[in-house]
Amino acid sequence: MTTVHEPELLLGVEEPTEQHERREPGGFYRWVTSVDHKVIGKNYMYTALVFFFIAGLLAELMRTQLFNPNGHVVSLQTYNALVTIHGSIMLYLFAGPIAFGGFANFLVPIMIGAPDMAFPRLNNLSYWLYLFGGSTMLFGFFTASGAAAFGWTGYTPLSTATYSPGPGPDLWIASVAMVGFSGIFTAVNLVTTIFYLRAPGMTMFRMPLFVWSMLITGILILIAFPVLTAALVMLYADRHFGAHFFTVSGGGVPVMWQNLFWFFGHPEVYILALPFFGMISELVPVFSRKPIFGYKGMVFATLAIAGLSTGVWAHHMFTTGTVLLPFFSALSLLIAVPTGIKVFTWIATMWGGQVKFNTSMLFAIGFIFAFVMGGISGVMLASPPIDFYTHDTYFVVAHFHQVLVGTTVFAMLAGLYYWYPKFTGRLLHEGWGKANFWTMFVGFWVTYMPQYLLGLRGMPRWVGQYSPSFTFLNRVSTVGAYILGLGALLLLVNLYVSWRYPIEAGDNPWDGHTLEWATSSPPPAHNFHSLPPIRSRRPVWDMNHPEYADAKVPVVAGGDESAQ
Amino acid sequence: MTEGRHSGLGRLWRRTRGAVVVGVGGASLSACKLPTFGAYTGNTVQGNSIFHLWQGFFVASIFVGGITFALLFYAIVRYRRRSDEIPKQVHGNNPLEIFYTVVPVLIVAVLFFFTVRVENKVDAVSRHPALRVDATAYQWGWKFYYPAYHVTEQTEGPTGYPTLVLPVGETATFKLVSLDVVHGFDLPNFDFSRYALPGVTNYFDFTPQQTESFIGRCSHLCGLYHADMLFYVKVVTPAQFMSWIHSQQGR
Amino acid sequence: MRSESRIYLGVGSFFIVVLLIYFFWSHESTGSVLLLASAGLGLLPGLYIGWWSRRMAPRPEDRDVVEPEDISGVIGQFPENTIFPFVIGAGVWFVALGFVYGVWLVMVGIGFVLGAAYGATMESKRASWSEPENAASVPRHH
Repeated sequence: MTTVHEPELLLGVEEPTEQHERREPGGFYRWVTSVDHKVIGKNYMYTALVFFFIAGLLAELMRTQLFNPNGHVVSLQTYNALVTIHGSIMLYLFAGPIAFGGFANFLVPIMIGAPDMAFPRLNNLSYWLYLFGGSTMLFGFFTASGAAAFGWTGYTPLSTATYSPGPGPDLWIASVAMVGFSGIFTAVNLVTTIFYLRAPGMTMFRMPLFVWSMLITGILILIAFPVLTAALVMLYADRHFGAHFFTVSGGGVPVMWQNLFWFFGHPEVYILALPFFGMISELVPVFSRKPIFGYKGMVFATLAIAGLSTGVWAHHMFTTGTVLLPFFSALSLLIAVPTGIKVFTWIATMWGGQVKFNTSMLFAIGFIFAFVMGGISGVMLASPPIDFYTHDTYFVVAHFHQVLVGTTVFAMLAGLYYWYPKFTGRLLHEGWGKANFWTMFVGFWVTYMPQYLLGLRGMPRWVGQYSPSFTFLNRVSTVGAYILGLGALLLLVNLYVSWRYPIEAGDNPWDGHTLEWATSSPPPAHNFHSLPPIRSRRPVWDMNHPEYADAKVPVVAGGDESAQ
Repeated sequence: MTEGRHSGLGRLWRRTRGAVVVGVGGASLSACKLPTFGAYTGNTVQGNSIFHLWQGFFVASIFVGGITFALLFYAIVRYRRRSDEIPKQVHGNNPLEIFYTVVPVLIVAVLFFFTVRVENKVDAVSRHPALRVDATAYQWGWKFYYPAYHVTEQTEGPTGYPTLVLPVGETATFKLVSLDVVHGFDLPNFDFSRYALPGVTNYFDFTPQQTESFIGRCSHLCGLYHADMLFYVKVVTPAQFMSWIHSQQGR
Repeated sequence: MRSESRIYLGVGSFFIVVLLIYFFWSHESTGSVLLLASAGLGLLPGLYIGWWSRRMAPRPEDRDVVEPEDISGVIGQFPENTIFPFVIGAGVWFVALGFVYGVWLVMVGIGFVLGAAYGATMESKRASWSEPENAASVPRHH
């Protein structure tokens, strides 16, 4: 639906133009062909949540197997496939897409005052590539030889045809490649939109921090994903076209896969984290009733994290004996600094504020706790000697789950509870929300704390059976996993309850600061009936609280054009 | 619109800053009196230095994490919403922001310094070791070959794990290769692991400090029986080592 | 456009610095090539945009104080409902699956992709939303 110049015609159905008689498409066809970033964003979010629950189910299966030292819930081969697909779904199909395909797609144009993304049809294409490519990953389970079973990292030579024959790995390669392209196209869309479709007055340094995060994430995606695609093509060529990139007998270098993969893989985890950091930077100020502390410092920190993340890839390869340890160790240790800046900034934003502890804020604080601890264990891993000890043990598993669950689940849910009213016009119920939070929070610690100790005591990764001395801690962790799973189900309950018994949200239920709160919930086609003047970082706050406004030139709320 | 440096935050920082630096520095000196924090003490000269580094990092983490959590907790409790009054709209505080940028860089620099020292020690390979061991990893077992004595220990069948025997107090240089895929040569009690990579040969030293027996594992996913690629490690006296060698040569 | 150019150039220069340190310290080739390519990723658009930004008037979104008249106006043509991205997506999917299941599927997929690419291009020229009077614009603030 294109807008015309007169505001009244924005409401209601567009009249067809005289040259072409067009009927408004309806129903399923309308959904498939929609290029509205809000529709596509919601598609991504629903699909990503479905993948999340599928991968979560795989994890519960794994943890059930690990309840006993010699579990017989699944075979060893199936266990390796479960690990691979659980990790692959969570990282490729859930965490990334929900961030940049879901939240960013929906929110970025609105936050900068744009009517849509720069390339709406490309946006639509990205979604189909994601949906089709993502489902392909699951097809492997229906093949005779099973799904890919070499870990989400796909190390060669294990992933070559000699050691992993069959269509399962090929389906995995096809899936990841498609989803990679989906991400690349979304990144192109995001970067272009942010650079070129900002509303007048929305200078770069007035953009919400979430938009900055998405800009920087977009650039990171453009740097990292093509490298993954290239590596996948090379792997496929080795598997089927007789190439020898990764086989020693043909003159190849197996460890090159690791360099290529991690040059993608490390920025990838920051691609997953930065959007959620951006979300936290949006909602903490709103729920503290203060602006974000040190905005420019946050922009700098985000840039620093992104930059450093491209230079640390080989910290995943410290134990190969083939990498320059001090270079990667120094940069990996350094990356803790901008991340720390962010954490201190969020705390400083709350400091002196009037902080409201609704579900969204609870998840944000849960995220900070989880991330600080996971980040600290990351700093330990950044030291090669400590890494020699803990690499490929459950210590690492605990580390990355703390940071990933902390960001992609807790911070994501903080964002979901915060922006759900904007997406749907309804509020999520607070009672169920608090149950959701506390159950997940408790389950989280019970699951992952024992895993640190398991790793230190020598339990390696990717094992479906273990020495009996590890039994007790594994059992505690499994119980925690069930609690965490229950918490996830409570999210579904809340989504259902708030759909069935809706509480209307209104335009701005949280007294939000940024442009998305200036329009209706959900926003109309092309997002705005009218835009407030953008004279600071918090245009809606300026409009609603003129005596506390940030803008240097006063903004008069609801004034006519003759007002200054 | 920035707050002065006499804000509660600034004062708290100034007080705790000293503790952070002292904690990190002190940990490296008094490591032997610290708890293990769950780790093995690393029963080799190399592993032991890794262990002390771990302790130092852990202490630093307690300080940094503790301060951060304390600040967060205080903020949550002290600044709960009590009224609809709009709080002071603070946009930032340059001295504070510089402080919490510079101090972490310093902490990280100290951690890096100690890291490099330990790293050099752990990765140093002796030119004249008392013993050489060739370790080979394959799907799904291990082969340990002592070239000086022509003795081989190898995985035999699903539970026939080989035993790696090492003499205490003597430096053994290992040569680690893989015949097929990436494997992880993991000795938790030595606080050490290294990849066996096809096309790459890795060398490293162990100088065991005490007699001990423990289980070593494969730490990197290598296929179907990855979880079962175990081996035993026995550190024995030099005399026991030689008699073991002779009994192996007799076979 | 200056700030955008600076961001790209910042990315590119950053990678040049890291590349120099990394290559002369490690002499490792894979990482160096990737860092070099990443530097190109930043420098190329950065130089191009930077060159243009000096020949352009500042855009409204770079201005500090905004009047209501500045906010309203035409932004551009935005597409409406279209089936072609779906067909391209399905085509790419068939190509990807064809790598696993057989060349015939690749052919089908390529057919879909080419057909839909042609259709989408024609649609850009002929569809009602491509006409200037149907362009999207930002409504006046009131």
